[in-house]
This record gives sequence, structure tokens and C-alpha cells, in this order.
Amino acid sequence: MTTAQFCSILKKQGFNFSTGVPCSILKNIINYLSVDPDIPYIPATREDEALGIATGAYLAGRKPIVLMQNSGLGSAINPLVSLDIIYKIPILLLISWRGYLGKDAPEHLVMGKATIKFLEDISIPVQVISKDNPQVAILASVESMEEMQIPAAIILKRGIIQ
Amino acid sequence: MKRYEAIEIIVQFLNKNELIISSNGMISRELFTIEDSPQNFYMLGSMGLASSIGLGLALSLPNRPIIVIEGDGNALMNMGSMATIGHFASKNLTHIVLDNEVHDSTGGQPTISGTVKLEEVAYAAGYRMVKKVTSEEVLRESIRKSSLQGPTFILVKIEKGNIEGIVRVSHSPEMIKNRFQKSAISEH
Repeated sequence: MTTAQFCSILKKQGFNFSTGVPCSILKNIINYLSVDPDIPYIPATREDEALGIATGAYLAGRKPIVLMQNSGLGSAINPLVSLDIIYKIPILLLISWRGYLGKDAPEHLVMGKATIKFLEDISIPVQVISKDNPQVAILASVESMEEMQIPAAIILKRGIIQ
Repeated sequence: MKRYEAIEIIVQFLNKNELIISSNGMISRELFTIEDSPQNFYMLGSMGLASSIGLGLALSLPNRPIIVIEGDGNALMNMGSMATIGHFASKNLTHIVLDNEVHDSTGGQPTISGTVKLEEVAYAAGYRMVKKVTSEEVLRESIRKSSLQGPTFILVKIEKGNIEGIVRVSHSPEMIKNRFQKSAISEH
């Protein structure tokens, strides 16, 4: 699936605000959103700040996405558990998966192994995207956000979105 | 002036159509005690993020005045947010830091705001209006004059210490969100 097709599905689902911290896996998506007036992208300095900005946008009636590398989940824990989950603020998390299968630079290996379990431990629904299911994963995330009113995570490995 | 008195002045001199984000700890509890309103978003956790939530609101509702009230501990924790606010230059955002140079909600442990000049950080980050306030009179004037020519940064030097009779925010987080979001989305 191309970046344009992927972002078009997000737009069709009503997402209209994005913020985050870059990752090389998310490069094309962030570059696309940065010039798309339908989903303005606000570059944050840290992942927790991005969740704060997205929360403010949600309170103002927007439907936000936060993009981050899984290494940034460390910074994102506190706002996820003490803001978005307890206040019932649904935000779509688009998280790249560095350290997948233990094949990556050393700084990614520990979080790479823990990413899915960590999200499940704090009760955030997780969808891992493969080449044949991006649309299904997005729709499942949107459905869980509507039902539970908390964030949902889509995990993106390298090479899935062109 | 005490923190409670500063918050009283801020609430008193607003126009009443503002949306207020108040940081976790005593600031939210004192604001709730002084005047509860659906237009107040009381943070319970996520320390440091009041100004980031304020920015998300300010960018999405450019014609609505957004007021952030947080302490020096909060501001120091997320100075990157000040950089992003300065960069995006949201005219409708007023960022108030009540600075007593301690973490008063957790027992008065010192912060480093006695030497770090937060007002200069705000200026360097690109806030359009920056004020340092030490008296109640100047605080009244600053709040009265805060306009849509921001982002505005007001550093209010306050006394250390808590006062008696401050209750906890009794609304559930979900209720705080629901009524705040309703007020934010409604036309003003």
C-alpha cells in the first residue's frame, strides 16, 4: 500500500489532526501529512508533549493521530495512563516497530521485544499492520476507540507502507 | 501573594469565555475550590503537559482565548512545550506560571526556578508578550490586558505554602472531560 492510500483511509475515517516525533519508518507518512491541509501535522519535541497537544485538539473537537517510534513509548507512558486512558480520550497511535524480531541496533532491542506486551499491559488495543491488512487494522482501531473511548495503537514494521 | 490569591485574581479578571487548563496538584484543587466551571480542565496526572494541552486547544480553536495555569515545577518539566508554543505562535494562548520555587504539592522540595529565568526562556522561544509579575495589582492589570496578541507568558512570583480548606476535585476525570469538551465545542 502506498503512503497516499494509507493516509486517504485515515482521512476517510475522519482523522483531521496529527502530531508526533519522527521515525525513519514513518518518514513518508509524516512528510505526506506535513503538506496535507486536511490533517495538519504539528512536530512535537517529545512523545509526551505530542500526546498533550493531541489531547487538546481532541477536547476542541478534532480527531487526532499521534505518530512515534516505539522507543518513544517510554516517554508516552505517563500521559497515556494518567491522562488519555482515565479521561477517556481516544487518540490513534501510529507506532513504528524498531527492534522487531531482535534484528536492529542495540538501543532498540529491549523496547522492540516489549512493545506489544507493554501496550497490552496498560489495556491499549493493538493492531499490527501487515501488507494485506492496513485498512482492516485502521477500521478495527477506530471501532475500539469508539467503543472504549481510549487510545488505540497501530504498529508499523519497516517496508509495509511504501 | 499566595497561590490561592493569585488564582482568585486570575479567575476574577477573566472575561468568562476562556477555557482554562490547570495543572495537577494544588493549582487544580485551588481553582476548583475558588470557582468550579465546565470551562476548567482540571488535570489530575500527566504533570508538565498543561501547556501542551493548551497548545492543542489553541491551534484548533484560534478564536477562543485559552488560559494555561501551572506551577514552576510543571513548566520546568516540559520546556520543550514552550519552544513549540513559541514556534507556532498561537495568538489566543495565555500561559501563566505560578512560581514559588518549590514543589508545594509534594511537600515543598525546591525547584530550580530561582536561578532559571523562565520568562527569558519564553521570550527566547518566541512568545510575543512576556511579563514577570510580583504584585497583585500588576497581576490584575496583566490579566485584564491579556489579549489575542499572544502567545502571552505571565510569570507570577508567589509565596511558598498551602492554605487550609482546599478540597480535592470531586468530579470524575470522564466528567471533567465531557463537560469541558462540550463548552469548548459550543459557539462563543
